[in-house]
Amino acid sequence: MLYLRATFFVIGGPDYLLADFGYIGILLIIAVLFTVSTLLLPLTLALFGIVPKKSNPTKVSTYECGMETIGKTWVQFNFRYYFFAILFVAFDVLTVFLYPWAVNLKGLGVYGLAVIVVFFAILMVGYVYAWFKGALEWK
Amino acid sequence: MFDIIFWVLAAVAVGAALAVVLLRDIFRAALSLVLLFLTVAGIYVTLYADFLAVVQVLIYVGAISILIIVAIMLTREVWHGNPPGRLRIPALIVCLLLAVTLIFTVMSTQWLVSGESPKTPTTMAIGEGLFGRGGFLLPVEITAVLLLAAVLGAIVLIREK
Repeated sequence: MLYLRATFFVIGGPDYLLADFGYIGILLIIAVLFTVSTLLLPLTLALFGIVPKKSNPTKVSTYECGMETIGKTWVQFNFRYYFFAILFVAFDVLTVFLYPWAVNLKGLGVYGLAVIVVFFAILMVGYVYAWFKGALEWK
Repeated sequence: MFDIIFWVLAAVAVGAALAVVLLRDIFRAALSLVLLFLTVAGIYVTLYADFLAVVQVLIYVGAISILIIVAIMLTREVWHGNPPGRLRIPALIVCLLLAVTLIFTVMSTQWLVSGESPKTPTTMAIGEGLFGRGGFLLPVEITAVLLLAAVLGAIVLIREK
């Protein structure tokens, strides 16, 4: 891997960044190859006659040993779930702001801490409001 | 090397974007949108914007896609899918005009290229810019107010009934 790191990206600029992301790229390629080969394997074996092709209605049914489903798969969910989705997005964005501050905690010092405390306090108003309004309870 | 990565990412991005519009199954369209977000993150990586790439994965692939999929789950009679509307042809013409305008602008603009090598890792520099002295103090706090408005809006929405 070190050899790869040295030779793979010699175009110029900060190569170590691209090399680190290159590992993710290699993982992605392996994942795709694994999935494709796993899907193709039974087809190839069936082609050579190793896997028998004896199909019957029970074998190809969705639940071979279980209850048949009633109604459609698509059901309408309770709209209350959307609240948690929006909360998730809001606190995800909070993470984006916390991360660059946490990486350089010492360098930013007390000033950075004060900025982030105010930032956090403003958002906590929403949390406290949700708590007192009982929005976090499931009714 | 960069050219190969870029063209692969670009081809996957355009294919995923077309799938979002053309697929009848609205859930598969949402998943294609996730693939599109991922390829955009890959393009950010090739531009040395590592923090932006991670944020793209965290926010768009992680959170926005959840929001879209939950919205699909809340929809009534979702199995009807993505029916073709009467405005298909006008929409196609408008989109083609927009695409031609964008391509023409990109091709005809003289893009200035800085001789300086990109700053990496970018996370520390961004932290310094946001939370350091003389940084973007006010916009950061206004963002907190914006997020607070989103949370309060969500609470008001579910307490409607």
